[in-house]
Amino acid sequence: MTHFVNLTLNGLASGAAYAALALSLVIIYQATRLVNFAQPALALISVYTAYTVTQLTGSYWIGFAAALSAGLVAGALVERVIIRPIARTSELNAVIVTLGLLLVVQGAVGMVWGNEQHALGYAFSYVGRFSPADAFALASVAAVAGLLFALYRFTPLGLRMRAAAFHPEAARLSGVRVGLMLTVGWGVAAFIGALAGMLAGPPFISPNAFDAVFVFGITAAVVGGLDSPFGALLGGMLMGLAMSYVSGYVGPEVATLAALAVVVLVLSVRPDGILSRPTARKV
Amino acid sequence: MSTEPLLRVDDLHAHHGAVRALDDVSLAVPAQGMCAVLGANGAGKTTLLRTLTGLHPATSGRVLLDGEDLTRLPAERVITRGLAHVPEGGGVIVELTVEENLRLGALWRSSRRDTAAMDEVMDLFPPLVERRHRLASTLSGGERQMLAIGRALMARPRVLLLDEPSLGLAPLVTQKILTLLRDLRDSTGLTVVLVEQNAAGALSVTDHGFVLNQGRVVTEGSSAELLADDRTRHAYLGF
Amino acid sequence: MTSPTRERAERAPAPVPTTPTTPADRWRALPSPLRHLLLAVLALTGVCGLVLVTGDLAALRFAAVGYTLLALAGLQLLVGGSGQISLGHGAFLMIGAYGMALLVLHQPMLPLAANLAIVVAVSAVAGVAVGTATARLHGPYLAGATLILAVGLPGLAHRYHEVLGGSNGLNIRAAGAPPFLEGIVSTSDWRALVVWTTVLLALTVLATISSGRLGRRMRAVRDDETAAAMAGVPVGSTKVAAFVIASTAGGLAGGLQAYVLGTVTPGSFTLALSLSLLAALVLGGIGGMWGALWAALALVYFEVWAADLAGALDLGRDVENNLPVVFFGVVLILVLRFWPLGIQGLVQRLLERRGSSASAPTP
Repeated sequence: MTHFVNLTLNGLASGAAYAALALSLVIIYQATRLVNFAQPALALISVYTAYTVTQLTGSYWIGFAAALSAGLVAGALVERVIIRPIARTSELNAVIVTLGLLLVVQGAVGMVWGNEQHALGYAFSYVGRFSPADAFALASVAAVAGLLFALYRFTPLGLRMRAAAFHPEAARLSGVRVGLMLTVGWGVAAFIGALAGMLAGPPFISPNAFDAVFVFGITAAVVGGLDSPFGALLGGMLMGLAMSYVSGYVGPEVATLAALAVVVLVLSVRPDGILSRPTARKV
Repeated sequence: MSTEPLLRVDDLHAHHGAVRALDDVSLAVPAQGMCAVLGANGAGKTTLLRTLTGLHPATSGRVLLDGEDLTRLPAERVITRGLAHVPEGGGVIVELTVEENLRLGALWRSSRRDTAAMDEVMDLFPPLVERRHRLASTLSGGERQMLAIGRALMARPRVLLLDEPSLGLAPLVTQKILTLLRDLRDSTGLTVVLVEQNAAGALSVTDHGFVLNQGRVVTEGSSAELLADDRTRHAYLGF
Repeated sequence: MTSPTRERAERAPAPVPTTPTTPADRWRALPSPLRHLLLAVLALTGVCGLVLVTGDLAALRFAAVGYTLLALAGLQLLVGGSGQISLGHGAFLMIGAYGMALLVLHQPMLPLAANLAIVVAVSAVAGVAVGTATARLHGPYLAGATLILAVGLPGLAHRYHEVLGGSNGLNIRAAGAPPFLEGIVSTSDWRALVVWTTVLLALTVLATISSGRLGRRMRAVRDDETAAAMAGVPVGSTKVAAFVIASTAGGLAGGLQAYVLGTVTPGSFTLALSLSLLAALVLGGIGGMWGALWAALALVYFEVWAADLAGALDLGRDVENNLPVVFFGVVLILVLRFWPLGIQGLVQRLLERRGSSASAPTP
């Protein structure tokens, strides 16, 4: 029984990181109809920034702030410089370009910092059952999700962003600068992705550190419904729990295959994810 | 009305790829005028409106609003000059609530909530009041059209362009919306340009009409003249 | 180093345009399997020549181009043909490679042809399983599910390490050239020839399928699923069929890879492999077999060039290790930025320009 409780608590903590990553994918998917494979690359830039800043200043929290800011800036830059010119030509090409970006960033990070692992600390102590670090993971993701909800629901910027995502042309006719909203959306998404990186990265980071996390994140987004931010949070938590139970009771090597089983099961019942809204959008 | 027109279009050309969609279109709409742009499917009516508000690039020619050149202005800036466009089907954002749709219309003026404008629109369209916090996807076709017009009015425009507000609506609803537009013009001095396939309905509320055919203005005149001109009616308007 | 290969590639269909119209018409009147087979024989002759005049290292690279081409051609049929985006193609390569290795280890008396046939059967079964499970998924959802497959499958090698060898994988010694050819062709040359013979045979089958009824159905499903269903195309089974064909090609390619390299490890079937397969395909050009060829050349030779470059410039280990992947990514982004149709789109445009300047009446 204690084993089960431990696994549940672990699952919730790691689920927080998956949820954050899934949320960042959903934000971009809603706005651009694009699964952003460069998300782990943006997270990578963020955590390595944190690593370097922490080395220089000796403060975890300055590094943490630097990571989130780096994510925000990198996300906005990527949208403006790389995605926008290509998104016009074809959807598949835009997806592939995010893949290309992932390769470039992983390689570039390896060139600058080397392929070997570097130590990256936790925010708080990670010792014990439901450690302070675990609590911080859950609390920070909850806070970010709450802020995002407030941004979308209660601010003029959020209204503009939603309008631009749902109906770009009508938004433009109402005076919304749709291009700017996309850039802001990518920035916000990468900010949340950076948080996911800071939660999932420790104790060690390397250029391929986020491959597995990304896979669980994308699974969470797909399971929850690529269109739904709440689905992303739910999916992240579900994935965290499922992976934790499978690793604990069966073995960590088959965790990803279990993720596949979850996806296939959920999607064969609800092909657009658990929380997708049935709309008249063209499929 | 010999004064300078509020909206003037000079020798406007536009293309869809290699196909010429607008061919040397010139028209003038006086302040507080209400005019109809008529023509068959594919005559270029929608392209005309889209070119006026910058959604479609003009190949050559000019669009002047009160003397200011809007031709190269991006679509999201056009509204700030006072030219509002209700696109075909309304362009209501169904994922947002009724109130959010309306608020969106006023956002370019100020980020603060414009309750005065909101109240005016709600007065104009009573059905929207009780559905205020519902998603726009729950509205009927007529209500969506009202919401679309309401959102455009929230921007407090000088000229309102409407693309087929009657599309898909019952004749009674259409009549109601057209009459409402006319009353709005009479009471507030709004200038209205109405693109319509429903020529009889449009001519009954407007004071001037332009007939487009294959991207050219083939006839224009007062709405009464156009209604009376059998030859034009048969050739281009189909009634 | 690639120029001879490219020349071969361009020469293969050459008899068609250069000869006057009558033979061209006669050529087109041939049944399509025969036509594809003749092209394949022609291509094989070219490869044979190349393999025999170049050294061992080049032969191994040709072999790599060969099996990569087969994997990509299968993926092309799936993505370009039926419009299903799979990010898990590497998983089928892994199934084929491990299948091959297990056969060589446990049934050493079986001839290579039998091994390949079994690999084909096994990967077809895997394709049916995955294809049926994912038949209802579409767009990014299918991409997500296949992505997880690609990441999850290598875990099996660790889970069942007694059989699959864990992270060290399996090492095999496949047979070299037959005794009577010893001294004439080296082991590497022989393997390259075996690979290309198999690959070209498989490509003939793929091309025939693609130009036949199933190919037309796939394209109908790709263009508009609803319309295809209304026109009587069995959408579900067509999608599964496309998946099975792709997985079979992938499995066979993996088997050939194991045969050439003599080793299979879970580390060579990472997510990066699956992603670069799809990325290379888009880089080469979605839709046709030529695009798959450019993609295979790019995948194999970009790595070679980048490694050569890094070595020549003496850039240090970190840079050298990462240069190939960065180089590939940059080329990918730039090509899609400026030529959205990929390399094949560029080639086609150049050919058309040359064709029109020579004012040759192209049919």
